[in-house]
Amino acid sequence: MKFRRLKAIGVKEILQVWRDPRSLMIALLLPFTQMLLFGYGVNLDLKHLPVCTFDREGSQLSQDLLKRFQATQYFNIVHNAKTYAEVKAAIDDGQCGLAIVIPSDFSERLNDLGTAPVQAILDATDDNTANIAFGYAAAIVEGYSNDVEVTWMNRQGKALQQIQPMVVQSRVWFNEDLESRNFIIPGLVAMIMALVGAQLTSLTISREWERGTMELLVSTPVKPIELMLGKLAPYLVLGWLDAAICLVLAALWFGVPYRGTLFALFVTTSLFLIVVLSIGYLMSVLIRSQVGASQIALLVTMLPTTLLSGYIFPIDQMPKVIQGITYLVYSRYYVSIVKDLFLKGSSLAELSTPILFLVVYASAVMLLAARAFRKRLD
Amino acid sequence: MFARIIPIVVKEFIELKRDKWARFRLIVPTLVQMLLFGYAATYEVYHVSTIVLDLDHSQESRELVSRFTFSGRFNVAVARSQAEVTKAIDASSAAVALVIHAGFAALLRKGQDAPLQVIVDGTNSNTALIALGYVNSIARGFAQDYASNLAGRTLGVRGTKQIQVTLEQRPWFNPDLNGRWFFVPGLIGTLTLVIIVNLTAFAIVREREVGTLEQIMVSPIRPAEFIVGKTVPFFVIGLGEVALIVAVAMLWFQVPFVGNPFVLLFGSALFLLSSLALGLLISTLCSTQQQAFSMNFFILNPFFILSGFSFPIASMPQVLQWFTYLNPLRYYLVVIRGTFLKGVGLSVLWPELSAMAAIAAVLLTTSILRFRKSLE
Repeated sequence: MKFRRLKAIGVKEILQVWRDPRSLMIALLLPFTQMLLFGYGVNLDLKHLPVCTFDREGSQLSQDLLKRFQATQYFNIVHNAKTYAEVKAAIDDGQCGLAIVIPSDFSERLNDLGTAPVQAILDATDDNTANIAFGYAAAIVEGYSNDVEVTWMNRQGKALQQIQPMVVQSRVWFNEDLESRNFIIPGLVAMIMALVGAQLTSLTISREWERGTMELLVSTPVKPIELMLGKLAPYLVLGWLDAAICLVLAALWFGVPYRGTLFALFVTTSLFLIVVLSIGYLMSVLIRSQVGASQIALLVTMLPTTLLSGYIFPIDQMPKVIQGITYLVYSRYYVSIVKDLFLKGSSLAELSTPILFLVVYASAVMLLAARAFRKRLD
Repeated sequence: MFARIIPIVVKEFIELKRDKWARFRLIVPTLVQMLLFGYAATYEVYHVSTIVLDLDHSQESRELVSRFTFSGRFNVAVARSQAEVTKAIDASSAAVALVIHAGFAALLRKGQDAPLQVIVDGTNSNTALIALGYVNSIARGFAQDYASNLAGRTLGVRGTKQIQVTLEQRPWFNPDLNGRWFFVPGLIGTLTLVIIVNLTAFAIVREREVGTLEQIMVSPIRPAEFIVGKTVPFFVIGLGEVALIVAVAMLWFQVPFVGNPFVLLFGSALFLLSSLALGLLISTLCSTQQQAFSMNFFILNPFFILSGFSFPIASMPQVLQWFTYLNPLRYYLVVIRGTFLKGVGLSVLWPELSAMAAIAAVLLTTSILRFRKSLE
């Protein structure tokens, strides 16, 4: 391997990128626009869910309960139904995601029997929203229930008996306010880099074939490994720029707390870029048409990265077979690294397992790519 | 007129028939994506890895822990020290930690607030939130049973004279809160959108790139006839894709279909028209297949994100919510889920269907006008 030849390829590639401002713009604009689109559009927090109420009693007690729903930021009462048919219509046409139905004997039951049920009708076509909404609704009703009991006891002149023999003291670590943005955006950085990185290099070799410059390249003394390194190096710089755009947007624009060291971020990001760029290069070597190469590159990066990397769907909830497949998805390692660096502030030592996997991945793909390239024209 | 359209249609079908790779691309990625989404895409929370530190070793604390073990929601492991708990959460080997301090049972028996300490790894806020909901409901059940038991023993009262309001959960349309029922039908919209836009855009850009478009234009065929001839086969293919995905959803993933199939068919036809128009529009903006490819990527991504396919529209910022009104996929998903799960008909879905018709009309007119101009 001669550094001179490597440098020549690198310089040629840099010039090619530099003198094609349109592609350069796309390479830098794509991460920017995708970060903004996903950063704002991808959100699992429940806020202002439209609620329909059906108060069949209309008493002081029942109205107090409904007021509590209006008072939280999670729910927004948009419809006060007078009949059950109205409730049904509101849920059917998707106008409301939750309906609270209070029975006509609510106060009576509470006084005589001590317990009174309230119904939460959920539009469960979106099961996740329904599940979270029920959790918040249950918490509101429980708080209400406790307060009613305290006033009841006081009125009876009884000493306040122990109502809650046990209290749950829950604490949330790493993402204290449970904001979905804080876990989605670091994963998004990984996803965008996987997409853009593979696209960058997926054209390098197929372009030589399509433009006919491959004949020239083959007639030079350059060796496959020099060609590969020379072609990857300029894109690594571009990849660093893309990564910087994504990471700065994540930390400063979206305000995701960053708790790790910058050195750890730099090392792991570079490693991931090498994997991603090499995969794009491998596709480019294997497929000679530019469209084919970039399509396959998109197919092998986009789908596995969105679904199987743990960027949004937790891996430990998937069936065992699928969990096994996720070990082949290289983004999986970087997604967990970035999340841990951002939210947990993990050190390089704590991240050694995913880093090791990335190193193995990078070497395997580079070896494959270097071997796949033959200096032949057939 | 038909004499000129039919040969184009026949030509497209022959091209497709002879292109094995194209047929492969129509069926295999669809099936792979369906399987992946059906099995991997879920927000459901089962078997949360949980670590328990019981420093009380009492009958009560064991009873509490066993409620977690037998709920099916938590995979309980036992820790021996506080340090072990911290380490498990740090290393993500446990997502939830329960700590019962010494003296828990004593406090319970006295009827004083006995604390159950819960630590949740909030890294994935969605899982954390749902897991926390389950922890609370198990703890609530334990506390209530214990309280009524205690009241029965100490005051000699049967049952409880406790005041309590309970909330009954009634999830309509999806009683088991099965995530698959949410994602799999939605794929009908997302997959057909990608396939149809890609097919249309590439078919026309390819003709332009190869130069056959000019040949066609010197023939007596009119631009409108050419467009119809080009798009009819893709419309048929699109209906085939819809049928394939519906079949897999119902037969393989057992998603119920309770609505009117004709409403779905009508909605699908309107949606396919919008997709075809979008493909046509993209084809007028590009001169090479490479450009068409990046353009597709740029344009289709916002369609997915801003559709409610996996992220609720109500949680988006207001400006993005306005954008969703321009998105045909948004309406189509309402029609799909409405017919699959809710079983609602035209009386409920007419606003969505008319919105799709309007979008299709606008898109088709614009794309046909632009396409004619691009030929001149």
